[in-house]
Amino acid sequence: MSYRIAFQTILFKEIYRFLRIWPQTVLPPVVTTGLYFLIFGTVVGDRIGDMGGHRYVDYIVPGVVLMSVITNAYMNVVASFYSTKFQRNIEELLVAPVPDGVILAGYVGGGVVRGLVVGGVVLAISALFSDFCPVHPWAVAAMFVLTAMLFSLAGFLNALFANSFDDISIVPNFVLTPLVYLGGVFYSIDLLPAFWQQASRFNPILYMINAFRYGFLGVSDVPVEQAFALVGVLILALVLASLILLRRGTGLKA
Amino acid sequence: MTPALSIRNLRKTYRNGQDALMGIDLDVAAGDFFALLGPNGAGKSTTIGILSSLVTKTAGTVRIFGHDLDRERDAAKHCLGLVPQEVNFNQFEKVIDIVLNQAGYYGIRRREALIRAEECIAQLGLWDKRDAVSRHLSGGMKRRLMIARALVHRPRLLILDEPTAGVDIEIRRSMWALLRRINGEGTTIILTTHYLEEAENLCRNIAIINHGRIVEHSDMASLLAKLEANAFILELRQPVAALPEIPGYGLELRGDRTVLATVPTELGVHGLFDALGREGIEVTSLRNAANRLEQLFVGMLETSEEST
Repeated sequence: MSYRIAFQTILFKEIYRFLRIWPQTVLPPVVTTGLYFLIFGTVVGDRIGDMGGHRYVDYIVPGVVLMSVITNAYMNVVASFYSTKFQRNIEELLVAPVPDGVILAGYVGGGVVRGLVVGGVVLAISALFSDFCPVHPWAVAAMFVLTAMLFSLAGFLNALFANSFDDISIVPNFVLTPLVYLGGVFYSIDLLPAFWQQASRFNPILYMINAFRYGFLGVSDVPVEQAFALVGVLILALVLASLILLRRGTGLKA
Repeated sequence: MTPALSIRNLRKTYRNGQDALMGIDLDVAAGDFFALLGPNGAGKSTTIGILSSLVTKTAGTVRIFGHDLDRERDAAKHCLGLVPQEVNFNQFEKVIDIVLNQAGYYGIRRREALIRAEECIAQLGLWDKRDAVSRHLSGGMKRRLMIARALVHRPRLLILDEPTAGVDIEIRRSMWALLRRINGEGTTIILTTHYLEEAENLCRNIAIINHGRIVEHSDMASLLAKLEANAFILELRQPVAALPEIPGYGLELRGDRTVLATVPTELGVHGLFDALGREGIEVTSLRNAANRLEQLFVGMLETSEEST
């Protein structure tokens, strides 16, 4: 039995799905982030001056790119997997000899690819406003992939527990968006009062954005090793949680 | 010969405490065309859900062609194809993609999958619709698509959960022909249905489930032989005001030319015709008052209700 073919089938189906509806999946983040670069980077940014020793537009590029990776990886998996549950075509997979790990890998793989595709397009657009050149390409590539993986897993867990379309919009709107915006996309936490600096350190997205920024600019508000360790531990925890829940049939089986 | 399906002491208690299955045993022979009947809420869908890994069992064992569903999960699943009651494919995907993806889930390589998918689609009369988006198919076509999808990995056991529910008579008849052909080619079929006529026409063996227990498990012929009397509707050539008393038979006037006749199996219908003829009453036509299996089914369920 080749699980590789089952994995490829799920992965390609997921990739084809988001490419088929590209005006809903790829275009909106491109427009939104283009506006961020234009307004915050060029119009307002010129008045802000330098941040962390770099032009403001250069400073926000990594955060804006990673923001699009986070939201797109998450939304791809949560929307697709919940819709699969809602239409009951998850039964196609449950009836077939597809192990839980392959189901998880297929959906997470789809989320990672969408995160990377959208992130890549946003990065290309940022080149119109910023003349960045990654200082540590390995950190950029690694955090790019790991963040997409982490938020794809988070989207999968959200979809497992969701019982309605409301349930798949609550976390992105009321948890993810505030954490992303307060995670240092547009500013360095050095600008904050001491209390809020400490509070920000409990936001895991701060670590990812700073490690990603370190890859581009060589500056970070947090130790980069800590950021990679945190993301690694979170990925491991979410993989384990997803596999346990799939084995129990949580949200899928009566 | 290894049975297609062997169930032992299968129990299911849902999280809300409802006991859906209370220790059922069931065997289905390889090559059989088997009916699983029961009223709504009897446990049919729970049983099928467990067989197809959509419902987790509380206790018991399930073997599909000798493969234990717990210990030889992949082998057991390879033997099984499921046609669910409700449409459950992605309605935004094309017909060919739905069948192809299902083949992929079973580890069938793309080139082979394409050959098989096209074969199944053609066999089910959906060739012209292979590139159509599935939500644009008619109800009958959607059912046939689910059968094509279930057959693409060539299962040895095909389970159909009310495959003809809500479809018109023409489609139902064509689906019966199709199922007979699939069974004739060696695939074991288990069918649940509310149409008892369907079970009587198609199936050789039958189990009736009620309140989570098997209340009858036998071959169709033996089961129908248990009928002590058959009910017929007779149409008379001339209107009659009253009917004569004929010993052993029950006659009831349902209109001036229509009679409901209860005919004991041991007396037969010829004796009735002779007796009516002697009274100058001529019968022009005869039909079953109710499906024979339905008569038995209702009787058994009533007995089962009394004993619970």
